[in-house]
Amino acid sequence: MRIEGKGLIARDHRVSFTFDGVRYSGFQGDTLASALLANGVRLVARSFKYHRPRGILTAGSEEPNALVTIGTGGRQDPNVRATVQELYDGLEARSQNRWPSLNHDLLSVNDLAAPFFGAGFYYKTFMWPRAFWEKLYEPMIRKAAGLGALSGEDNADRYERAFAFCDLLVIGAGPAGLMAALVAGRAGADVILADEDARIGGRLLAETYEIDGKPGHVWAEEVLAELRAMDNVRLMTRTTVAGAYDHGTFAALERVSHHRADRGAGAPLECFWRIVARRSVLAAGALERPVAFRDNDRPGIMTAGAVRAYLNRWGVAPGKAVTVFGNNDDAHRTARDLMAAGVHVAGLIDSRHDAPEVQGVHMIRGGQVCGSTGRRSLEAITVRRAGGEERIQTDCLAMSGGWNPSVHLTCHMNGRPAWRRDIASFVPVAGAIPGLRAAGACNGAFSTAGCLREGAAAAVEALEDLGLKASEPTLPAADDTPYALEPLWAVPGKGRAWLDFQNDVTVKDVKQAAVENFRSVEHMKRYTTQGMATDQGKNSNVAALAVLADATGRGIPETGTTTFRPPYSPIAIAALGAGAEGKGFQPQRFTTSHAATVARGAPLIEAGLWYRPSYFPKPGETDWRQSCDREVGYVRNAVGVADVSTLGKIDIQGADAAKLLDFVYTNMFSTLKVGRVRYGLMLREDGHVMDDGTTARLGEDHYVMTTTTAAAGEVMKHLEFATQGLHPEWDVSLCSVTEHWAQFAVAGPKAREVLNGLLDTPLDPQDWPFMSCGAVSVLGVAGRLFRISFSGEEGYEIAVPARYGASLFDILVKRAEGLGGGPYGMEALNVLRIEKGFITHSEIHGRTTAYDIGMGGMVSARKDCIGKTMSQRPGLEEPGRECLVGLKPVGPDGRLLAGAHLYRKEAEAKRTNDQGYVTSVCHSPTLGHMIGLAFLADGPERHGEIVKMVDGLRGVTTLCEVVNPVFFDADGGRMRG
Amino acid sequence: MRITCPHCGERDHREFYYKGHALALERPSPDAGEAAWDDYVHQRENPAGVTRDLWYHEGGCGAWVVVSRNTLTHEVLGTQAASEARA
Repeated sequence: MRIEGKGLIARDHRVSFTFDGVRYSGFQGDTLASALLANGVRLVARSFKYHRPRGILTAGSEEPNALVTIGTGGRQDPNVRATVQELYDGLEARSQNRWPSLNHDLLSVNDLAAPFFGAGFYYKTFMWPRAFWEKLYEPMIRKAAGLGALSGEDNADRYERAFAFCDLLVIGAGPAGLMAALVAGRAGADVILADEDARIGGRLLAETYEIDGKPGHVWAEEVLAELRAMDNVRLMTRTTVAGAYDHGTFAALERVSHHRADRGAGAPLECFWRIVARRSVLAAGALERPVAFRDNDRPGIMTAGAVRAYLNRWGVAPGKAVTVFGNNDDAHRTARDLMAAGVHVAGLIDSRHDAPEVQGVHMIRGGQVCGSTGRRSLEAITVRRAGGEERIQTDCLAMSGGWNPSVHLTCHMNGRPAWRRDIASFVPVAGAIPGLRAAGACNGAFSTAGCLREGAAAAVEALEDLGLKASEPTLPAADDTPYALEPLWAVPGKGRAWLDFQNDVTVKDVKQAAVENFRSVEHMKRYTTQGMATDQGKNSNVAALAVLADATGRGIPETGTTTFRPPYSPIAIAALGAGAEGKGFQPQRFTTSHAATVARGAPLIEAGLWYRPSYFPKPGETDWRQSCDREVGYVRNAVGVADVSTLGKIDIQGADAAKLLDFVYTNMFSTLKVGRVRYGLMLREDGHVMDDGTTARLGEDHYVMTTTTAAAGEVMKHLEFATQGLHPEWDVSLCSVTEHWAQFAVAGPKAREVLNGLLDTPLDPQDWPFMSCGAVSVLGVAGRLFRISFSGEEGYEIAVPARYGASLFDILVKRAEGLGGGPYGMEALNVLRIEKGFITHSEIHGRTTAYDIGMGGMVSARKDCIGKTMSQRPGLEEPGRECLVGLKPVGPDGRLLAGAHLYRKEAEAKRTNDQGYVTSVCHSPTLGHMIGLAFLADGPERHGEIVKMVDGLRGVTTLCEVVNPVFFDADGGRMRG
Repeated sequence: MRITCPHCGERDHREFYYKGHALALERPSPDAGEAAWDDYVHQRENPAGVTRDLWYHEGGCGAWVVVSRNTLTHEVLGTQAASEARA
C-alpha cells in the first residue's frame, strides 16, 4: 500500500497496467514490482523446480524471483525482472512457469516430492534405461521445470549497435559514481557516466541519507544538473555495463524502449554498445544477501534494503506489520525508516547479542528467524532466542545478511576477488582490469562519506593517468558510520532453507554436494546448479560457499569463489547480434547488370557475397536445362554476353610490378609483352594451388590481375603480404579495382560483330590476336578490351568504368540478340568451361597441386615463386596421385554426379578401393551427353580406361570412360580464331 | 582487444585479419633445405607469454602489422608495419 507523501514517483501521473489479466494502477516512476506491491500483489511467480509460490525479493536487477513475461507474439519478452521493468500505461505482464494459474499451479506437487528432488536427483534417477532420456525423461523435465518462453515467432523488435569512446567511463551513478564523474567532468575529461537505472542516484534514491544537509536524491539531482551542463560528459541511463574486456573495451546494453508503450515505434528496443575507455571507475555498489532459514522464500520475505527502497523511493509499504531480521547495523535503518513513515514494525531481530539498541520497537537481540508460515504469502515467523521460540505475526519480513560488493566486472578478465574479514565479503583486487579502479560500496566502502571519498579519489588518480590536472574536490558532508556485522549465513534447523532462489537450491543441497565429495566450489556449483540461473547467483554465491566452507571444514578464502562471467545481467541474443542479422550478417553485392538481370526474370545464385544470374529464361521454357542449353548454343553458334565483373581485379603498378608477379605466379610475367595477357597459376607457400586467373600487361610498369570471384579477398591479402612482408624493398603498389570496372564477356563466332560498331575503331584481327589487350574507346568512353576466353570460343572481355556498366550491358545484349545470341548465365558459363576442361575452385579446392591439375610444367624452373619449394616435396609429385581427367559415361544416358567416387570397373565400391572423385559435371548440349571433370589416380595415363563411378549417397553407379579433360576443340582453334 | 595500426591509429581488433606468427616474414631461400622450409611453413611455437604475430588491417588501410603481445595478460606491447619490421 502507498504511503502518502513518500517516494519519488509522479503522483499526478497515474498509469494503468495488468498482471495476469487483472487491471491495476500505479504511477509514473514505478517499476512493475513497486506497483504490484502497492496494489498488495504478493504472489508473482512460481519457482523453477518446485513451483513454490514466490514474491518480490529485491528492488534491483539482481531479482531472482519476480520474473514475468511482457508482450505477445513476435514481441514476447520472457523473464523480465519486475524490479527493473518501468511501468507505462497499458503494460501487460503475465506470470510464468505455472499451470493452469499462478494461484493453482498443478506442478506445485513437485514441492511435496521435494525430498526426492535434491541435488543430483536427475543425474542419479534418470540413468536407465538409456533410451528413455531423450524420448521421455528430458521432455518431461523440460516441461516441468523452467522459466518463461519465447513465442517461437520471429522477433518483431528492432535492435541497434553503437560504439562510444571516452577518457573515463564511470560505471554506476550512486554517490561514488556521481562524485567520480563530477571530478572528472570538472577537469575537462571526456566522461561517460552509465547506470542501469532510469534515474541517476543509485542507493541515494532508496535511502534517507543526507548529503550536505540535503536529502541524498536532491544532492544527486544537483550533481546531475551540473553534469548535464557539461559538453564533455555523456549520461547513459538505462544502460548496464555488462562486460569488461581487453584494453578498456566494455560491453553495455541500453534499454531504449522497454519503458514505452509505443515500443518499437521508431526507436529500437535496445542498443548494444561497445565502449572504449582509456580509464574507468567501477562504482557498481553492493547487493544485499538474504539469510538462509527454513522457508525463507515465502512471498513477503524481502531483503531489508529492498524494503527501504520500496518505502523511500516508491512510497510503498510492503506490509502492514513488518519484521526486520539482520546481522548488521544497516538492517536497523529499515526498522527506523519504516517507523518514521508510520509503518508498524512488529519486531527487530538481530542475531548479534551485542547489537545496538533501537528505540521504539520490539527488539530481539541474539535471536534468529528459524521458520515462516503462511499460505501463498507470509503470515508469521518463528524466532529462536535464548529461552525458547517466539512466534510473531507479520506479513513482511525484511532480512539482511550483510552486503556483497558488486565485484562482478573485476572478475571478467580472470581477476579473483579478495576476502575481507571485517565486512565478511569479497572485494576487488586492484589491477584486476587494467585501467579500472573500484570505488565506493563495490570496493567495500559502505558509508555514504566513504563512497564520496573513494569516487573522488578514483577520479583524481584516473585524471593523473590521463595527464589531466585534477583539483582535489571538497567533499560534501555525509554520514560516515562504520558498518558492523557478524556473519550469519544459514540458521540451523530442519526443513529447507533457500540459498539460490532462482534455481531452487537449498542449504541441504550444498551440504549434500560436500558429502558426495563435490568439495571444490566449481564442482558444488555445477552439481547443485547454485549460481547457474540467469541471475548468476548474485544473491546466493557468497552464502553458498560459506555453507560449503563450513561443511568441508575450511575457511571461506580457502574455499574460493566461482567465476563471474559477462554479461553482468542477461542480454538478449538479438541485442548482441544487432545489425548482424539477415543482410547485416551477409551483405549483398550486386553487379551493374543486376537490375537488367532481375528484369529478365533470371534466378540468382550466390557467389560469395555477389548475386549472379543462373540463367535467363525465355517464354515457353519449363526447365532450367532448356534455358542453359539454349545459352550454350548462343556462345557456340552465335554470340553470348555475360557479366564477369565479380572476378577480382587488382591493379598493380610500379617499377617492380613484374618482379611481384613472377614471385606470386608459378609462371613468368616479366617476359609478357605490353598489350598481352597471360594465364597465371598461384600457389600457397605449402605448394598447393591457391588461385588462377589472367593478368594483362597494360604498360611497362602496369598490370591488371584478375582473380576468381571466390578468392578475390584472399589473393589481395596474399599480394599485400608478399609486397609488405616479404619484399618491402620492391617498388610496387596494389589496389583492388573489382568494383571500379564493369566487365562483360562477349563470346562466340559473332563476338567481334557485336563489338564492332560499339568501339570507335573496329577490331582488326591482326591487331587483336588471342591473349591481347589494350585501351579502347567504347562509344566515346575510355575502356579496356581483353581477348581472352573462358568458353573456348573467340571471346573478348570489355571493361568500362562501373557507372557505364548498366547501359553497356543493355547495348551488348541488344546487339547480341540481333545476331541470334543473347545473355548467358552461370549455368551456361559452367557448361562451356567444363566442355573445355577449364578449372574452377571445384578443382583447385585447396588440396590439389599444379601437378594434379596437369599444370606441373607451369612451375617455372627459371625463378623462385611462392610455393615452389614445397610443391617439389616428393609426395606432391609422385606417381599414384589423383590427377585431373575427363569422364564420359559409357552409354549416352549415363548419369554423372559431382562428389561421386571412382573405382576400377570390377572393384567393390569401398574406401580401400577408392581411386578418385568427380568434381564438376554437366550435360553438354554440344556433345549430347553428360561430361565430367574428376581426379583419378594416375589419371592422365589411363585415358580410354573404363572406370566405375559410384554415388553412395544418391545410389547411382555409372560406368565411364576416362578421357582428356578438354572435351571440345582440343587444339583451341576456335578461341584463337 | 585494441590494436594500433601504424597508419590509422588504435582500432578494434575486428578490423583486422589474423595470420599467425611473425616468423612468416622470415622466408627461407629456395635452397635452405627441407628442415628450414618445414619450420617456416608448419612449425609454430605456442608461447605462454610474449609473442609476435601478424595482423592485416583488412577493414582499414590494408597494412600488414606485426603485433607484439602477451598471450597471458593480453597486453599489446607494440606494433610495427611489417614492411619496417623486416627492413
